[in-house]
Amino acid sequence: MSAVAGTHAQDHHHGPARGISRWLLTTNHKDIGSMYLIFSFTMFLLGGTMAMVIRAELFQPGLQIVQPEFFNQMTTMHGLIMVFGAVMPAFVGLANWMVPLMIGAPDMALPRMNNWSFWLLPCAFLILVSTLFMEGGAPNFGWTFYAPLSTTYGPPSTTFFIFAIHIMGVSSIMGAINVIATVLNMRAPGMTLMKMPMFVWTWLITAFLLIAVMPVLAGVVTMMLMDINFGTSFFNAAGGGDPVLFQHVFWFFGHPEVYIMILPAFGAISHIIPAFSRKKLFGYASMVYAVGAIALLSFLVWAHHMFTVGVPVAGQLFFMYATLLIAVPTGVKVFNWVATMFRGSLTFEAPMLFAIAFVILFTIGGFSGLMLAIAPADFQYHDTYFVVAHFHYVLVPGAIFGIFASAYFWLPKWTGNMYDETLAKTHFWLSFVGMNLAFFPMHFLGLAGMPRRIPDYALQFADFNMVSSVGAFMFGATQLLFLLIVVKCVKGGEKAAAKPWDGAEGLEWTVPSPAPYHTFSTPPEVK
Amino acid sequence: MAEQQANKPTPQRSNTRVIGWCVASVVGMFAFGFAMVPLYDVFCDITGINGKTSGRYESTERTAADMTRTIKVQFLAQNGPDMPWVFRPVERSVEVHPGEATTVNFYAENPTDKDMVGQAVPSLSPSEGTLYFHKTECFCFNQQPLSAGENTHMPLVFIVDQDLPSHITKLTLSYTLYDQGEPQTAVTSTTNTTITDNG
Repeated sequence: MSAVAGTHAQDHHHGPARGISRWLLTTNHKDIGSMYLIFSFTMFLLGGTMAMVIRAELFQPGLQIVQPEFFNQMTTMHGLIMVFGAVMPAFVGLANWMVPLMIGAPDMALPRMNNWSFWLLPCAFLILVSTLFMEGGAPNFGWTFYAPLSTTYGPPSTTFFIFAIHIMGVSSIMGAINVIATVLNMRAPGMTLMKMPMFVWTWLITAFLLIAVMPVLAGVVTMMLMDINFGTSFFNAAGGGDPVLFQHVFWFFGHPEVYIMILPAFGAISHIIPAFSRKKLFGYASMVYAVGAIALLSFLVWAHHMFTVGVPVAGQLFFMYATLLIAVPTGVKVFNWVATMFRGSLTFEAPMLFAIAFVILFTIGGFSGLMLAIAPADFQYHDTYFVVAHFHYVLVPGAIFGIFASAYFWLPKWTGNMYDETLAKTHFWLSFVGMNLAFFPMHFLGLAGMPRRIPDYALQFADFNMVSSVGAFMFGATQLLFLLIVVKCVKGGEKAAAKPWDGAEGLEWTVPSPAPYHTFSTPPEVK
Repeated sequence: MAEQQANKPTPQRSNTRVIGWCVASVVGMFAFGFAMVPLYDVFCDITGINGKTSGRYESTERTAADMTRTIKVQFLAQNGPDMPWVFRPVERSVEVHPGEATTVNFYAENPTDKDMVGQAVPSLSPSEGTLYFHKTECFCFNQQPLSAGENTHMPLVFIVDQDLPSHITKLTLSYTLYDQGEPQTAVTSTTNTTITDNG
C-alpha cells in the first residue's frame, strides 16, 4: 500500500492525502478498490486456514486434531468467510477499480457511500470472527444456518452472527446501489448500453441481484433474531411456525447469491479470453442476454436445494426443469468463449491460463450441478461430499480463478509494473493441480455415500480423503505464492506500458500505467 | 446546476432518482421476505402439501357414508424436545368409511410434580390426503393443561372426505406434543391464536 501511495506522493495538488487518513477517509474509487481487494485476500487466507483445519482433521479417519464441536465451527466459518468475506468483496473491489475506468467515468457515482460500504465490512467480520472466542463457541450450524439448528439449538453467539450478517448485507446493498448509479449515469458520451464492456454488464446485473436478495437474507436473519430473543415462532413448530419455511426464504436468497458470486467472473473472463486470443468476443449480444437470462432464472429454482425436505411431485418437476433450463444460457456463454478462442492467435500468459482453466473446470462443476438438479437422483447425492465437490468446482475454479485471472490481467494497470510471469505460471499450475487433487476425489466420496460436515468417517473413505487433504494443503500453501507475486509487483518490476496486452481492448488501457489517481476528469468520446 | 444543461437532468438528480428506486426495491424486498411467511401458510393451506391439517371442520351437508371404500387411518404420537408427558394414541389404527364421523382418543399423562400445559401439532401423511381429512373436534385446537400427576383421554372426531383420491387407502396422522410451560404463562402466550388457526 505504501508503495502505491509513494508513487503518487509528488503530485501535491491532486494526489492522495498522506498517512492513515488517506485510507480511512478516502473517496477515491482506486483506493477503495485496493482496500476491498486487500481485505478480500486477508479473508481468503483466514477462511483458507479454516479449510486447512478441516482437511487436517479429515486426513485420516478418527478424531485427531479437533473436537467435533470445533470442527462444525470451522466448516460454518469457512463457508461464511469465503462467501461474504472473500469472494463478494473481491468482486466489489474489482468493480470499484475497473467500472469507472471501463466506462470513462472520473469516479464512482456515490464516493462517500463507497467509503462507508467498505469500512462496514471489517466491522462485520470483526464481530463474526470474534464469536470464535466467545463462550459456547462460534456458529456451528453450517453456512446455511438452517432453523431450528441455528435458533433453538444455536450457540449464544448466534446473535452476533446475525448482526454481522446485517452489517455485511448493508455494505453489499450500498455497493450495489453505487454500481447501478455509476453505470446508469456516468458512462462516457457515446457509450450506449449495448457498447458497455462485458464486465460492466455482468456487474450491473449482479448489482440488481444483490438489491433483490440481500434484503431477503436480512429478513430471514431478522426472523431468527426474533425467534431467539423475542419469543416469536417463525420457524418453531411448537408455536405454529414451520422450520421448512426457513429453507424456502433462505434459498430464495441463496440461489441468486451463487450467481452473484459467478457473474462478475463471467464478465472478467469475457475480457481476458479475447485479449489473449487476439479476437473480438464471439457473440457479444448473446453474452449479455445469457447473463440476463441466468439472473432471471435464478429466482425460479430455489427449491432444488430442498428436494429431500419434501416437495410435491409437481414442484419437483417444475424446479428440476427450471434448473436444467439454466444450462442453456450458461452453455451459450461457454460455447461463445470457446468460439472466441477458435482460430485465434493464442498466447498463454497467467491470466489466460486461469481463464482457460475457468472455462473447463467451471463446466465440470456445471455438469455435476445438472446431476444434482435431477430430482430423483438428488436423493442419493443430497448432503454428501458430491455436493461439496460440486460447489467447490464452481466456486474455486469459477469465482476464485476468475478473480486470479482478473488480478493478473489488471495488475500492470494498478501498479504500473509487470508481475513475475514465471512465478505467476507456477502459481497457476500448483493451484490447478492442488485444486483438482483436493476436490475431484470428493465426487467419488459423495457417490460412495460420505456425508458432508462430519469430522470422522468410515474406513473405506480413507484413501480418497488423504488425497483430497494433500491437494488442499498444496492449494492452500500455493496462495502464499500469490501474495509474494503481488507484493513483488507492487514494489517494482518491469515497467508496464499503458496497454501491456496487445490484444486487450477497452478504455482502461487508454490511461497510463499505473492509472493516475484521477482519471477521465474530462470524459472520453466513445464511437 | 440547472444552468449547466437545460434539457438533460443533472448527474446529481439522476443519482437521486436511482438511489430512490434502489432503496424502494430494498425496502420492498425486505418486506417481501416477511410476506413469504403468510404467503407460505396460505399456499400450504390451499394445497395441503406440508401435511398441516386445517382447523375445525363444519360440514354444511350431511351425506351418507361411502360404504364401498375402507380407509385405514393410523395414529402416531410423539413428544417434542424436553416434553416429559406420556402421550400415546389409545387406538393405533382404525378402519373407516369415507363420510362417516369417527371418534378416537389419545392418552396423555403429566408424570411430573408441576402443573403444565401442552400443545399438540398435527401432520398428515401422505400430504396429498391433507385436504380430505376433516376434524370436527380435536384436542389440538386448544392447549391442554394437566396438573401434576393428572392424566386424561383427549378426543378427536374426524371425517375422511368422500372425494379422497381413490389410490389413497391409508392415512397416517401424527401428533407432536410440545411443552408450553406453566398454566399462567401459557394463557398469555401470543402464539396461542396462531396455533388455533392452523389446527
